[in-house]
Amino acid sequence: MEPILKVENLTHTYSAGTPFQRNAIEHIDFEVRPGEFLGVIGHTGSGKSTFIQHLNGLLKPTEGRVYFNGQDIWASPTITQQTRFHVGMVFQYPEYQLFEETVYKDIAFGPKNMGLSEDEIDYRVREAAGFVGIMEEWLDKSPFELSGGQKRRVAIAGVLAMNPEVLILDEPTAGLDPAGCESILAEIRQYHRAKGNTVLLVSHSMEEIAHNATRIVVLDDAHIVMDGTPREVFARAQELIKIGLGIPGVTQIALALRARGLAVDPAVYTIEELKQQLLRLKGGEAVC
Amino acid sequence: MMDMLKTENLCFSYPAKEGEESVPVLKNINLTIERGSLVAILGHNGSGKSTLAKQFNAVWLPSGGKVWVGQYDTANEAVLMEIRRRVGMVFQNPDNQIVANVVEEDVAFAPENLGVPTEEIRQRVDAALAAVGMSDFAKHAPHLLSGGQKQRIAIAGVIAMEPECIVLDEATAMLDPRGRRDVLETVCHLNKEKKITIIMITHHMEETEIADRLIVMNKGEVYLDGAPREIFQQVNELRKIGLTVPETVKLLYDLRQDGVDVPLDAISVDECADAICAALKK
Amino acid sequence: MLKDITLGQYFPGNTLAHRLDPRTKLMMVVIYIIALFCAKSFVSYGILALFLFISVKISKVGFKSLIKGMKPLIIILIFTAILNMFYTPGREIASFWVFTLTVEGIWSAVFMVIRITLLIMGTFLMTYTTSPIALTDAIENLLNPLKKIYVPVHELAMMMSIALRFIPTLIEEADKIISAQKARGADFETGNIFRRAKAMVPILVPLFISAFRRADELATAMECRCYCGGEGRTKLHVLRYQKRDLLCILLTTVITITVVIVSRFGY
Repeated sequence: MEPILKVENLTHTYSAGTPFQRNAIEHIDFEVRPGEFLGVIGHTGSGKSTFIQHLNGLLKPTEGRVYFNGQDIWASPTITQQTRFHVGMVFQYPEYQLFEETVYKDIAFGPKNMGLSEDEIDYRVREAAGFVGIMEEWLDKSPFELSGGQKRRVAIAGVLAMNPEVLILDEPTAGLDPAGCESILAEIRQYHRAKGNTVLLVSHSMEEIAHNATRIVVLDDAHIVMDGTPREVFARAQELIKIGLGIPGVTQIALALRARGLAVDPAVYTIEELKQQLLRLKGGEAVC
Repeated sequence: MMDMLKTENLCFSYPAKEGEESVPVLKNINLTIERGSLVAILGHNGSGKSTLAKQFNAVWLPSGGKVWVGQYDTANEAVLMEIRRRVGMVFQNPDNQIVANVVEEDVAFAPENLGVPTEEIRQRVDAALAAVGMSDFAKHAPHLLSGGQKQRIAIAGVIAMEPECIVLDEATAMLDPRGRRDVLETVCHLNKEKKITIIMITHHMEETEIADRLIVMNKGEVYLDGAPREIFQQVNELRKIGLTVPETVKLLYDLRQDGVDVPLDAISVDECADAICAALKK
Repeated sequence: MLKDITLGQYFPGNTLAHRLDPRTKLMMVVIYIIALFCAKSFVSYGILALFLFISVKISKVGFKSLIKGMKPLIIILIFTAILNMFYTPGREIASFWVFTLTVEGIWSAVFMVIRITLLIMGTFLMTYTTSPIALTDAIENLLNPLKKIYVPVHELAMMMSIALRFIPTLIEEADKIISAQKARGADFETGNIFRRAKAMVPILVPLFISAFRRADELATAMECRCYCGGEGRTKLHVLRYQKRDLLCILLTTVITITVVIVSRFGY
């Protein structure tokens, strides 16, 4: 399958020509295939925010190219503008971008900018609202009357309503409580399943990424340092710890068990898996 | 010795909008916080935990019942400053609590307000910055610091008041894991070395492991109260109100469900691994 | 893009110009401006230009950055120069349509340009060598007598310093909101002026709401840190005049008096 997004030799330099000049990202090569659920992880300052803002043409590469469906997104201003509709981006704390009088109008802002018909906009708004659990009766309310979690849902719906082929979410659960985090992630998973779109989830939380993504990209110090399935990435636990990212709690337990001589898989990252392995060990021979 | 904080039948509801009924946020809360303890208050959004925190230094006053800070009643306006200098508060958004555009000026803000003499302000600022490990940043502009660093500056600003108690109202919610770790380490250090009472409001289960005592709030009431070790064992009660338990406890709980005889009170990774090893040996 | 804007930019340093008490610098600038408005000839302007030149040399700020700071004001400068050139009555040199070029007009334009340039450069030199917070302190301190007639001097100074503190934060926030709305297809670059003004709504509304929220939270945070107005407050940095401050003010005053006298005699 052709990659839906492709990045070649991407470099972005901030404050070029001043003493503060620095490369936020350097010579990055990267591809995403349609339908993938990709996790992007890296600590603050690793360049991940700069990186994702190149994928929908919000930042212009200092060097290198970005392709969407084989088309250079900077070929013309129209193509750049179109790319923003195809590659939707939900920023951190998106509730701070709400501005319309009603929830409905705010969700409709993106589709309206796309120049869609009234009927199509209406359909899109209701569909997007449905995905994130916004109830019909909220649509006529002011977004500022809603609670924090509800506002965030409205903001996410505003991007979903553009029906992007690639959806990028920058820490969609930041600042929410565990129940709020889980329900937003469940909605995103549901959306991914229903639409079959490509999703890029940026997060600080190893658990969040481990439980959702089928492929993980790790950024550190302006470079992609790891790219693989969760299993492949978590197998390199020592490197992750060295970068300062840590590993999922379950993987930590698995490593501690191995250090005590139990033959469990060191790259295990879900509780269920580890439990099954332990039960098998118990059934067989204890090696402690 | 007198307790640090005490609430007696504390009730609270926010002032109601016109034509609406006021909803009680805190219902009949009786708590005593001991001096020098490190208490975590856990609960999901809307459980009343932040509102409770704001009762501790008279940002909000009780609608019913009393809150005592040492011997002071928070409803007594004459002792407001006495209360606020004793109970410092660190809020969620690091950007919205830094007043000055030089770090040391910001840390000096509270002592300046209290009318502390100039030479002593200097000493307090230097000591406070050292206590949070930010001495090298004294002359920096706060907006160029990371979230975790800003939050440590905010803590330093509170320490400069020489408080007896610090309340952190979801102070780590907006930080990345590194910033969160730094803030928690700072808080532990202040509690152990300076004997400052710490109250930590959070919805991150993992953060409560450092506490001596864990209070779980739900619907404006105290739902569970005890040592973290005891509370984490009540997996079902916690799940019922939408809270999770640490991965270690989750695993142990699941193993128990499948008939493996492991204890539930092994919170740290090493304890958990030891417990599993011991169980499999049997 | 907004990040490139700098306001009241301050170049840290440790020269005499930096070390002077901010109140001294503020007073020097005021006296210097008075002198500028008294000056009427090349000789008097020359004295002030020399004074400015030496001050800049001492500060090590460099003329390049001063001239760079002038750039946005060039249009205003040219505009006033043209107005002066054509609308000053006097001996006529040339005339077309409603414009009349006079000898007096040309002189007046030249002096106007020199005066404004010297004025702006002088004030810039002060802001380049004084941190905003020191400047606020100085203003508060100098205006202190006004408290007697119930001018809220402390409150005004506090507002100024909080505004300075939040400018970078709000710029950063505006940047984020602009990116977020662009990602939803907002277009800020095309269309006529009305369309563009309308396109600002999705930026301004969230920015205002956020500013109010920040103000609210900041007020609570300040109260929690025992803030209750200027009464009884002490300071981490107390302003103290040194000998050099007295000397510098004396020097500026002497120069001003010289300029006044020189202008009196028509030089």
